[in-house]
Amino acid sequence: MSELRYLFFLGCTIPYRVTNYEISARKVFAKLGIQLVEMSDFNCCGLPVDPASHEMMLALAARNLCLAEQQGLNIITLCTGCAVTLRKVNKVLKEDKEIKNRINGYLSEVGMEFKGTIEAKHFIHAFKEDLGFDKIKESIQKPLTGLKVAEHCGCHLLRPTGISGWDDPEDPVVLKGLIELTGAECLDYMDEAECCGYTIIAIDDKVALQLTREKLQHIKMAGAQALITVCPSCHLMFDMQQSRIERMFNEQFELPVLHFPQLLGLAMGFSPDELALKELRVNPSKILEAMKTA
Amino acid sequence: MAQKTEAPKKNVEPLRVDPSFKYEVMKEHDGETLKICFQCGSCTSSCPTARFSDSYRPRTILRLAQLGFRQKVLQSPTLWLCTACFTCTDRCPQDVEVASVLRVLRNLAIKKGQIPRIFTELASNIYETGYVYKIPEMRLRKRAELGLPPLPKSSVDKVDRLIELAHGSKLIKSKEEAQ
Repeated sequence: MSELRYLFFLGCTIPYRVTNYEISARKVFAKLGIQLVEMSDFNCCGLPVDPASHEMMLALAARNLCLAEQQGLNIITLCTGCAVTLRKVNKVLKEDKEIKNRINGYLSEVGMEFKGTIEAKHFIHAFKEDLGFDKIKESIQKPLTGLKVAEHCGCHLLRPTGISGWDDPEDPVVLKGLIELTGAECLDYMDEAECCGYTIIAIDDKVALQLTREKLQHIKMAGAQALITVCPSCHLMFDMQQSRIERMFNEQFELPVLHFPQLLGLAMGFSPDELALKELRVNPSKILEAMKTA
Repeated sequence: MAQKTEAPKKNVEPLRVDPSFKYEVMKEHDGETLKICFQCGSCTSSCPTARFSDSYRPRTILRLAQLGFRQKVLQSPTLWLCTACFTCTDRCPQDVEVASVLRVLRNLAIKKGQIPRIFTELASNIYETGYVYKIPEMRLRKRAELGLPPLPKSSVDKVDRLIELAHGSKLIKSKEEAQ
């Protein structure tokens, strides 16, 4: 079997604020035999400045893609925003000669050229297409039987379909299937594929937090004991902002929010400390207790 | 006898409409599909923001852009409330790239000098460090304690050159502002 080797695109949000996601992902990937090659030099994927300047986004993303081409490796990300941006720009530059020539004009000034020789994937996409569910199934040592969770894929894992296209954005099944491999039950809830609101929190925090709040309400209503995410930004909304939402709307959720690699890691037999669960804002001890007694 | 009706309110000032505006939008990458929007409203009814905002309506923005209400569109504060979730794009029965057309409109607003502060912050962070956030030294040291590999330093000079070439300089804070 060929080795699974990727260039690891960490992005900015994870090293800035969500280190526990990275810690748990590295542990889990290693166990699954996925080899991560560190990027020795990268820049912001470009997504945050797309509303302001599409051209700047194209140039920033293209530079990252060129770095991967130079190493001859496909990119893997933990962030849905980085994944959708690198995938989109990769597609645009491969298909649109005019834009490619223009961006290559910029790149030539820094000694680079986009050739279109690599792919970029979010790790859930890579789990589905490259690794396969069987490998994950084999890695489970402590099934999380009895645990009820819900998932939030995040918009950019699924949409736009023209860039994603490997799961149904109206009724996503891939992450759900992966969660069920851990032995946990993944519950359906209302408006599952809806946005967390992160991208507009700096523009209008009221609207953004209402989006998050509504999702938390729906997830609680379904009876989930925890929420599982696969994006650092979505996680910030559901975990870090949860207490602020509780104060703002005088409501209580107390819903632990785990990164998927943390959930998978627990089922693989890693300890909560090894997966940096204590870095989560909403205390997950309730579900850890429940798992012990199950 | 028919009732006397009031004179209709004057609500369109022809001079403020610029029919060339839509072509300006359509010229931009991903802006081409503005012309085929037939105003069904699938975008607004699918929009998560529209449910919680009194004023943000993607369909309305597209119509105003088609009609040429340049100022009204570009100066509208609600233009910035799109979360880029792409539900509108996915559900549009007419294959309008709704979210991308809205992005083109935001880009045009920026060109006209309507720059929400957050974007100057983010762009300037990238210009200064390569990353969109200024990651504190303490965080970088903590990585080592946690056994994580060091975060590479971006080749900032190259990133900056690209930003300048891609006409992004306008978004960057001057040295005095950055102080």
